[in-house]
Amino acid sequence: MSFPLLTATAALPAIGAIATAAVPAARRTAAKWLALLFSLATLALAITVLVRFDPDGDRYQLTESHAWIADFGVRYELGVDGIAVALIALTALLIPFIVLAGWHDADPLETGSRRWRPTQGFFALILAVEAMVILSFEATDVFLFYIFFEAMLIPLYFLIGGFGDRAHEHGEEKAATQRSYAAVKFLLYNLAGGLIMLAAVIGLYVVAGNFSLTEIAEARASGELDMATSTERWLFLGFFFAFAVKAPLWPLHTWLPNAMQESTAPVAVLITAVVDKVGTFAMLRFCLGLFPEASKWATPAILVLAVISIIYGALLAVGQRDIKRLIAYASISHFGFIIMGIFAMTSQGQSGATLYMVNHGISTAVLMLIAGFLISRRGSRLIADFGGVQKVAPVLAGTFLIGGLATLSLPGLAPFVSEFLVLVGTFTRYPVIGIIATFGIVLAALYTLVLYQRTMTGPVKPEVAAMPDLRVREIAVVAPLVVLLVFLGVYPKPVTDVVNPAVKHTMSDVEKKDPQPEVEAAK
Amino acid sequence: MSTAAAVHSLWTTAAADPISKIDAPKIEYGQLAPTLIVVGAAVVGILVEAFVPRKSRYYAQMFVSVVAFAAAFAAVVALAANGYATTKAGIAAMGAIAVDGPALFLQGTILLTALVGLFTFAERRLDPEAHGNRVDSFAAQAASVPGSDSEKRAVKAGFTTTEVFPLLLFAVAGMLVFPAANDLLTLFVALEVLSLPLYLLCALARRKRLMSQEAAVKYFLLGAFASAFTLFGIALLYGYAGSMSYAAIAQVVDGTVPEVTPALADTMGNDALLLIGAALLVMGLLFKVGAVPFHMWTPDVYQGAPTPVTGFMAAATKVAAFGALLRILYVVLPGLRWDWRPVMWAVAIVTMVVGAIVAITQTDIKRLLAYSAISHAGFILAGVIAATPSGISSVLFYLAAYSFVTIGAFAVVTLVRDAGGEATHLSKWAGLGRRSPLVAAVFAVFLLAFAGIPLTSGFAGKFAVFKAAAEGGAVPLVVVGVIASAIAAFFYIRVIVLMFFSEPRPEGPTVAVPSPLTMTAIGVGVAVTVVLGVAPQYFLELAGDAGVFVR
Repeated sequence: MSFPLLTATAALPAIGAIATAAVPAARRTAAKWLALLFSLATLALAITVLVRFDPDGDRYQLTESHAWIADFGVRYELGVDGIAVALIALTALLIPFIVLAGWHDADPLETGSRRWRPTQGFFALILAVEAMVILSFEATDVFLFYIFFEAMLIPLYFLIGGFGDRAHEHGEEKAATQRSYAAVKFLLYNLAGGLIMLAAVIGLYVVAGNFSLTEIAEARASGELDMATSTERWLFLGFFFAFAVKAPLWPLHTWLPNAMQESTAPVAVLITAVVDKVGTFAMLRFCLGLFPEASKWATPAILVLAVISIIYGALLAVGQRDIKRLIAYASISHFGFIIMGIFAMTSQGQSGATLYMVNHGISTAVLMLIAGFLISRRGSRLIADFGGVQKVAPVLAGTFLIGGLATLSLPGLAPFVSEFLVLVGTFTRYPVIGIIATFGIVLAALYTLVLYQRTMTGPVKPEVAAMPDLRVREIAVVAPLVVLLVFLGVYPKPVTDVVNPAVKHTMSDVEKKDPQPEVEAAK
Repeated sequence: MSTAAAVHSLWTTAAADPISKIDAPKIEYGQLAPTLIVVGAAVVGILVEAFVPRKSRYYAQMFVSVVAFAAAFAAVVALAANGYATTKAGIAAMGAIAVDGPALFLQGTILLTALVGLFTFAERRLDPEAHGNRVDSFAAQAASVPGSDSEKRAVKAGFTTTEVFPLLLFAVAGMLVFPAANDLLTLFVALEVLSLPLYLLCALARRKRLMSQEAAVKYFLLGAFASAFTLFGIALLYGYAGSMSYAAIAQVVDGTVPEVTPALADTMGNDALLLIGAALLVMGLLFKVGAVPFHMWTPDVYQGAPTPVTGFMAAATKVAAFGALLRILYVVLPGLRWDWRPVMWAVAIVTMVVGAIVAITQTDIKRLLAYSAISHAGFILAGVIAATPSGISSVLFYLAAYSFVTIGAFAVVTLVRDAGGEATHLSKWAGLGRRSPLVAAVFAVFLLAFAGIPLTSGFAGKFAVFKAAAEGGAVPLVVVGVIASAIAAFFYIRVIVLMFFSEPRPEGPTVAVPSPLTMTAIGVGVAVTVVLGVAPQYFLELAGDAGVFVR
């Protein structure tokens, strides 16, 4: 029996979470280093997965399969395709930066009980989320996926509700109220989505008798399992609802701005850049994989919702006064692109969407983390409270600009490639949708550049005059991510090579061929 | 002389051999051992109460009870190991008791629950010492009127009430028989044997005695009504079938018994009697499980009763009552499935929804848990309705999972205290997570299990019953169930918010450090919650193997 690499990749952060939580109260710094160490070790394992994965091999690789709950027809089945590998790599890559960026975010303000250990809790929760996210990317058993899809809400809930920005324009008490409101809203939205999905999961069991993706696919292929059209559609809707809440898709998106606004910047990155990807990933793997006919049936409606997300998110981003809310609405717009790419049902669209998931993760991380540094320096999240920062803190302003330009998909930076692929993939099949979506890019230029202009340029505001530039730790967080943005913008082949074969499998799931003339995806 | 004899012969006949006509009842003592051990221990407990000096009663009672529960559980395990749950399942005690898989599984669950519950009963470190004596949650002298001189004297003397132990044993004895009863009279006797001690236990709170007594009176009055309904239903069913035995009634329902008992020729087989009788009987049982619309007693009783009693009652009574309900519906009335299923559908839906919605407005933690218990009764009913073997096993599994979470949760409630005893008002729980992270975390685990979050026993149980219901064709019920779960999640989460995200109040309650007894109870609760959540397979198999009723 070979080494269970996938289990190890998920187990390591889980062990790290327990170890970090167990660090005594006084040893806060030790807990931070321990968390960083575990996140780096997880990254090493994730890179091993990436290396061991053969893009041209079987659909699911590094598979593991063990009996688990036979009575429910559930097996502990793991396996990764190219899409999962790319997203696991993204997750493992971002977590060390998230840990590093949040280095001081959870230092206790006042000493509470001797046993109250917020710092340990903060980093343990981040690692716990990482473990569950990785497992949900790896699971090829629907039930196993569902368990971690749901369970990850709990640590996230505590991260959002328990830790917020130090600085708050309305004082600590108001901040606590708003935080717990955001946390509860996050949890209820996602729990409701998850429970609807639970009904569909049970329905799937009644229809199929087990939860294994591969077995269900085989049974369908051999005609052994014949889902009635209406059954398939109901089950699809149950699954899609949960993923659309998570992704989030308009009109189920309203939890995201609250959650991102109230949580600390690293947690906000964790939510949009990592956790929300589980939603879009699951659309590809489960909605298209399990319910191809229903997916095709629902495509027009979903594309319309996606386009609304793109335009609506961008429009609201333009009107925001709060930096973090602005980034949240920008993300909603970007998730619209990703979902549009998935449901365009072309290989360019789906490759682009997968690539977009990775690129959006990196670009949002850059933008949001720097915004977090900015906010903690000034003690305010309001755009109007800033001005002229580029004169005081040029490095901060410069990297912020790069993050912003990546968000508006400037050619040469990574998101451009993916956005272009998504638009091309959509246009070949749905030209009108593609054209409308293009306006999202125009609006993106508007909200990012206006944000930059108002905060960074102009006369230096007296409150920001003494603002220090990025510190060493902060540069260590930002620099590698910026390099990666440029690298993947110029040379996206490493990611597309891994992703493309997996996309072909998904396309064959839904039995769709690209419309002619065939446009080869960017290599 | 001869005329006298002739007259006499009008109403007597000479029996050939009058004595031999009365057969000695054949009792399978071995198969009834679990119940017999507990009943015997209860009697011993009373003797202890009468003859052992006050000082050593506590230890004597503890010893008797622990040994009794452990021995009875061992007997259950031995019976199951010898195949009485599967191949050798049968009817014992002249048709009065069924010894089969569900009975043994539920008896095992009840006994373990009772053992854990016993630990919370015996806890004596939480309340401050009264005049040099360690005291428990129970009244110093139940007979003294609240606020009277006699009560003051009793408190001053540091009395403690060790009667609770035999009462607990009697209640458990009734609960052991309840799900195993195989004729309606045994069912009724078991119902009374389990109920009467519980009424008393509810009235025994040391603090807030008036509330406790009010709870007991409410419970008693409503319970007596429910018992009366049950009894009336039993009478009507007897009129319908001419027999008390489950199997015989089932045969009459199926129409497989042609011969009519002469005395009942007018009524036997009359469907009106059957339907009304079955409805009344089921109503009595639904009262015990706390299903809407028979749930009115639950919040008041849960709130007023001493918290250890609440925990035990919420867990074990539910197990016993659902066991009895399952047996009635699956053994006696399967032929009536098309009649009871729609009604139970309605009851299950209303129970889930009302329990979840009303719980949102609660401000007392015990009342909140009471409404949560109501909505859980609805979830379990969803499994009951399935009317398939997987329905039975899912209900068995759910009951086992649920009872340990419940006992653990109420045990945590006993720890959070201020000057007035337990601080059950929710506002006092604000910021508990900052003061006592461990206790708050443990309670959060229980709440998440109640909410059915994956990796807890609550999720496995919920999945099992919903799966069974969906397989049984009750898909709308599953949809209502998940919606109710979403609503219910809201108020569980609210408590977690309160504990972790609110600032502690300066005059807030403290968390008492319990003795190893309560720690064990809570520890067992957490362990079962996690194990049944992460690796439920063994227990699902156990419940699956136990899922066949004998008839």
